[in-house]
Amino acid sequence: MNFIFAFFILTGILMAAVNGEIGSVTGWLAEAANNGVEQALGFIGVMAFWLGLARVAQEAGIISILTRFLEPVIRLLFPTIPRGHQAMGAILMNISANIMGLGSAATPFGLKAMEEMQKLNPKKETASEAMCTFLAINTASVTMIPGTVIAFRAAAGSENPSEIVGPVILATLCASTAALFADFIFRRRGRKKGI
Amino acid sequence: MLEIVSAWAIPFFVVSIVGVGWARGVKVFEVFAEGAQEGFWLAVKLIPYIVGLFVAIGIFRESGALDLLTGVLKPLLITLGIPGEVVPLGIVRPLSGMASLAMTVELFHRLGPDSLIGRIASTIHGSTDTTLYIVSVYFASVGIKRFRYAVLVGLIGDLTGFLASVTIARSFFGG
Repeated sequence: MNFIFAFFILTGILMAAVNGEIGSVTGWLAEAANNGVEQALGFIGVMAFWLGLARVAQEAGIISILTRFLEPVIRLLFPTIPRGHQAMGAILMNISANIMGLGSAATPFGLKAMEEMQKLNPKKETASEAMCTFLAINTASVTMIPGTVIAFRAAAGSENPSEIVGPVILATLCASTAALFADFIFRRRGRKKGI
Repeated sequence: MLEIVSAWAIPFFVVSIVGVGWARGVKVFEVFAEGAQEGFWLAVKLIPYIVGLFVAIGIFRESGALDLLTGVLKPLLITLGIPGEVVPLGIVRPLSGMASLAMTVELFHRLGPDSLIGRIASTIHGSTDTTLYIVSVYFASVGIKRFRYAVLVGLIGDLTGFLASVTIARSFFGG
């Protein structure tokens, strides 16, 4: 990530210099930084709401019921997480929210899951195996209802906005399978090296 | 049908959690506020990381470096049978959610959402997520500094999703 950050900024500013647009860089910086804060501030409400709701679901025992049903499946993917650990509940909520296309709900649960997995992580600054697998699933976004795209298709006057659901499900399955497979390979290689 | 499901999903979720909680005697408002507090601080903690990411990607895009990268990769991808119009989208998708949404909308505008390109773009947009953003925000939230292979795995997923989207949308909608 340090590489990506440095690479983007250095090549970007170099390109601006080459194109004779170095004077605009300051403006871009300010605009991007403001957009970042806006996005992050927009997060506060959504995040507070969903984690508040998740706490209610947890107290009501809804999460532990769900976890009991789906834990066997998720355990296959996360063998390092102990049975009944809080991380399971959060992972479950995150995956369910993703599948239903509820992006705004998926992120808070995802971050909660990271927090729980961090408690199990022996090296606090290095990603654990479970975290990597979890991110593989999230970056491939296993989704059944691509809500945003359907909404924008409808807005653009599509005759059948949801016709892309079938291809999206197939494509996302391909992407997730590839990501999980890659994760599996890298995990094994990492273990051999003793990392 | 699917529009109805997506419209009802969140309200259903909220009603069942609050309803069941209340029926079971959970102090719903107090418990909610406790959890919300946690969410609030988590969001605040993320601000610096999101700002850093936005600035890096913003400069990369505005300076034309992104266009240059796209220009270099385009001929290669066209030889592989990928329509040139969706190449920029495929490259931007893992980097920036807003930029890729803007590109998809622009393609809808120019070629129509029901054109083959419009459908391919929809599939690409729907089937993968903003890898770089997710990886950095998720790791930043718990202070992980060494990401190991997570970025690479995410990008492998994106590339597969991109190629699969083009192939599947094509065979699905013909052309």
